[in-house]
Amino acid sequence: MDTKTAHQESTATTVALSLPRRRRRQFGLKALGLGAILVAFLMLVILIGSIFMSGYRAFVQTHVELPVYINPQTIDVAKLPRGNFRSLLTDSLQPIFPELESRQEKSEALRILSNGAQFMLRDRVVADPSLIGQTIQLIVPVSDPYDQLNKELINRTTPEERRRLNDRQIQLFDRLKDAGMISTPLNTGIIFNPDSRFPELAGLKGAIIGSFWALLVCFLISFPVGIGAAIYLEEFAPRNRISDFIEVNINNLAAVPSVVFGLLAVAVFIGWFGLPRSAPFVGGMTLALMTMPTVIIAARAALKSVPSSIREAALGCGASKQQVVFGHVLPLAMPGILTGTIIGLAQALGETAPLLLIGMNAFITSAPTGPFDSSTALPTQIFIWADSPERGFVSRTSAAILVLLGFLIAMNSLAIFLRSQFERKW
Amino acid sequence: MVTATFALLLVLTAISYAINVRAAYAIRRTGQRLHSIAGYHGLYGALVVGIPVLILLLFWLVVQGSVIDYLVVTKFADEHFGGLGEGEKQLILAEIRSVANGRLFGEPAEWVVEAAQYLNRLVDLSKNALIPVLVLVALPLMVLTRRQVQADFRSRPRAERIVLALMVMCAVVAVFTTIGIVAALLFESIRFFSLVPIDEFLLGLNWEPQIPMREDQVAAEGAFGWIPVIVGTLLVMTIAVTMAVPIGLLSAIYLNEFASPWLRGIAKPILEILAGVPTVVYGFFAILVIAPALRALGETLQLNIAPNTALAAGGVMGIMLIPFISSFTDDALNAVPEDLRNGALALGATRTETMLQVLFPAALPGISGGILLAVSRAIGETMIVVMAAGLIAKLTFNPLDSVTTVTVQIVTLLIGDTSFDNPKTLAAFALGLMLFLVTLVINVYALRIVRQYREVYE
Repeated sequence: MDTKTAHQESTATTVALSLPRRRRRQFGLKALGLGAILVAFLMLVILIGSIFMSGYRAFVQTHVELPVYINPQTIDVAKLPRGNFRSLLTDSLQPIFPELESRQEKSEALRILSNGAQFMLRDRVVADPSLIGQTIQLIVPVSDPYDQLNKELINRTTPEERRRLNDRQIQLFDRLKDAGMISTPLNTGIIFNPDSRFPELAGLKGAIIGSFWALLVCFLISFPVGIGAAIYLEEFAPRNRISDFIEVNINNLAAVPSVVFGLLAVAVFIGWFGLPRSAPFVGGMTLALMTMPTVIIAARAALKSVPSSIREAALGCGASKQQVVFGHVLPLAMPGILTGTIIGLAQALGETAPLLLIGMNAFITSAPTGPFDSSTALPTQIFIWADSPERGFVSRTSAAILVLLGFLIAMNSLAIFLRSQFERKW
Repeated sequence: MVTATFALLLVLTAISYAINVRAAYAIRRTGQRLHSIAGYHGLYGALVVGIPVLILLLFWLVVQGSVIDYLVVTKFADEHFGGLGEGEKQLILAEIRSVANGRLFGEPAEWVVEAAQYLNRLVDLSKNALIPVLVLVALPLMVLTRRQVQADFRSRPRAERIVLALMVMCAVVAVFTTIGIVAALLFESIRFFSLVPIDEFLLGLNWEPQIPMREDQVAAEGAFGWIPVIVGTLLVMTIAVTMAVPIGLLSAIYLNEFASPWLRGIAKPILEILAGVPTVVYGFFAILVIAPALRALGETLQLNIAPNTALAAGGVMGIMLIPFISSFTDDALNAVPEDLRNGALALGATRTETMLQVLFPAALPGISGGILLAVSRAIGETMIVVMAAGLIAKLTFNPLDSVTTVTVQIVTLLIGDTSFDNPKTLAAFALGLMLFLVTLVINVYALRIVRQYREVYE
């Protein structure tokens, strides 16, 4: 009896003695786990934060407002759109910087304006030739280095030889600024301009339209085909080797690296079928093949969640199997299928590698008018800009990423909204 | 033009539907009883007209380019295309096409202008002929199905059979995609291995994929040994997985066992956001933030860190994989039956001991399947390494050095190149084939582990 109590006591003391150590271990694991979550959280904050910090400046653009006299002696109505618009701009800078004498000095002053300024002036005069002989107020972007200067990205205190603009250039710009000719309005160009070699003019119009066409083609193919496949596999397919094989196939396709789909597109769509390179249509077909497994898996889950009582009731009323599926099961599963499809399309929107391989990284300065025109897409445009050496493209790239993330957030919110609005618990 | 033909297709289908529905109603008004309701007669008519026309239309669109090229080549075969290789033919065709589109560079030869006019005539012919041909095919089919509309015509079973066949076709598309991938990769790889011996590719220690620009250039022979490329891939993958596995595992364990519902409700969406960020964004993040930060760190520590070190690409890829691993771990832990947890707790184990000694070992097969899938993701991941890793293949295991990967090489070899007749572009397909095979084996194995594990507890 005594020995038993003693034994019990000794066990109790052993446990009691071990408790602090075991609690410490528990605390350690909890701390590690919390730390891991914090690291993940921190990474997201740094990721979004750094891109926002570098990108938000690209949503405004430094402009200069310049009175330009359209000299009838330089510009001839009969010869439009030809004409020396560049010298018009040089002349209009003359009254502001009267001390500049040599050609070299004048063209240095002209370089404050964007390289596209003469073409913007030309387009305006071509659109309205009656402007010839008048003085107009021209508002044009300044070129990239001065834009950086105005946004205080160029440090004025750095020694002159290590700065991108020398003291003289900065002084010219400051005089324009003091004259009240510099403004920094919202940069609509980043959305509504096509791509350009010059950062101050480059915009995402072509990329957004290209992505739109590619996603439209992707949706038109992957949505019906995905639903068809899902309905067959879920409702009709007999349980045998063949349908197992198809299922394994679909699961594997979902895990094939995206660059392999790009290789497929290059070899088959472009090489064997002779479809055009760089076309959003080909991009959309490639993305459709990648999105299809996502759609099929989501659609099967949605079909599965419709209770069998619905099917039995409809069958009991004399409906055929397809009438049951298309009249009752599919409409009830539609919100779930749509949610899955939108999430799949959002993934497709961010997909880059296959589009690079089919040549959607070309430099194209006009927006596509149809799915067969050469074009870029949002993610490939980001890649092109990230590769460009000009400093101004760094913040443009970040801004383009913010635009892309904006589209992704919008699509995912739509999916969440659909789910919360129409999801039914049976 | 293409839009117009698809609109025509829709119109033809709709007309056929309407005609048959009207015919069916007309029969019903005479007092006869229809075997199938009117809508099915319409659907049957629409399917019989729509599907053949759609197939013809797609076939026409896919084939017309090649047929026109073939006709142009055969017309001028003897004088200008005789004895030329495929690449040269394509070059001349490209010139003819650009002349045909009105883009002139210098003075094209007279026969090129002639060929361009011929090409334009063919293109116009194809454009003008398509719509009449579609209508000609559709009309007899419309008449045929209209005649079939009768009281005892079993249009519902027939239409349902067609719809079922369509759904089978949809399911088979996935199989065809796989076949297409394998066929394309194998076909181009076999051409590559006819130029470069397969043992040189698999065992070679040098990867310098240049090709001589001129016949007599000896220096730039090009070397196609993939060992340095795969070593670089494995190095980046190892860095990524080493970073992602502990963070992913620990966060999943914490969320699964210790976290309050409130924290769980916040942390899960955050991890989902990390998973939804496109890889091109991660790539830009690597060159914008991580690589400069690592360089600055290297300077203070007196370490020689390359500007595009494997550490930057691998680390950022690791961030990308965190949500992947944590969601797999979470699923695996949730699949462990509640009895095991309750039993362990009842015996007096702490929550940590329950987790580490009972739940985690029980979930290990599922977790390792998830980690394997993450490994295959890391091997196949493209944009992060294209932007942040190097281009030059160096046989090194030093994570501070710059390495290249299989996917980087595929992208750089194919960007801006369209002719498939030199080892440089074909090498991309050989690399693609290896990548596909490696990831396929890992995926199949991992998916099997995950499935078997689920079955054990179900």
